[in-house]
Amino acid sequence: MSHLEKDSFGAKLGMWLFLFTEMLLFGGVFILYSVYLTRYPKEFGLGGHQLDLVYGATNTVVLLTSSLLAAMSVTAIKTGAKKLTLGLLSGTVGCAFIFLGIKYLEWSAKFHHGIYPNSPKLIAGPPGESIFFSLYYLTTGLHGIHVIVGAVLMSWTAVMVQKERINAGDNVTLENVTLYWHLVDLVWIFIFPLYYLIL
Amino acid sequence: MTEEHAEHILSYGKLTTVWVALLVLTAATIMVTRVELGVWKVWAALAIASVKSGLVIAFFMHMKYEPRLFRIILFVALFTLAGFIGGTFFDVLYR
Repeated sequence: MSHLEKDSFGAKLGMWLFLFTEMLLFGGVFILYSVYLTRYPKEFGLGGHQLDLVYGATNTVVLLTSSLLAAMSVTAIKTGAKKLTLGLLSGTVGCAFIFLGIKYLEWSAKFHHGIYPNSPKLIAGPPGESIFFSLYYLTTGLHGIHVIVGAVLMSWTAVMVQKERINAGDNVTLENVTLYWHLVDLVWIFIFPLYYLIL
Repeated sequence: MTEEHAEHILSYGKLTTVWVALLVLTAATIMVTRVELGVWKVWAALAIASVKSGLVIAFFMHMKYEPRLFRIILFVALFTLAGFIGGTFFDVLYR
């Protein structure tokens, strides 16, 4: 048992170290954003006002809720409630799909208006606007990839819970996958005000 | 590390309370940025986002109940990021 205890400590520490590299990755993208914001405040303002606050706010609520369900699934597995764990994990994955669906609607509306990387409209417009939308697609795209990865990991974890490879006594894998999911939520907590609110 | 790490399980009630707080803060950040406060709304939005992150890290990510080593490396990472941001802006603003 003491051996198991030690293993889960190391596994979690390793996961946190990985999450720090993720923080620095997204931190770099946010630095790019703020530097260009100070250079092109007017164009960023115009760009930001074209983003849909309703989509952004809905996705914030969806991700916060998915984070709650993920955190609850850890409580459920530790108290031995297998069915509840599976239900909560399905809920988390469901929220991930809702998030991606809303993102799809949001991106298609932008594409429809001719706003996508290297589009004729952006090339003809002022450079600040094209930089704004390039950063918007880069940041939300990178975040979206993380959402997809998180949903895949979460589904895989659910299978492991179903097979009882993850159980009340040994569940650090579930904990680490939920940590990854919370990081996805954390990044969105900053994307939302930076792109949808402050401009 | 002196304290022995006993497994701590967060109750559903506590997690739900954190979630409600996060939703309230989200509503607050939307409202505060609808008012014309100039540069202050940027700082207000970032401050609220930091509080929200703190809640997610402390409770959802269980950081409050982890051994001290985890918090030390968290602050090393945040300090490094702050260093990058500070260094970049020193260059951008005073070039």
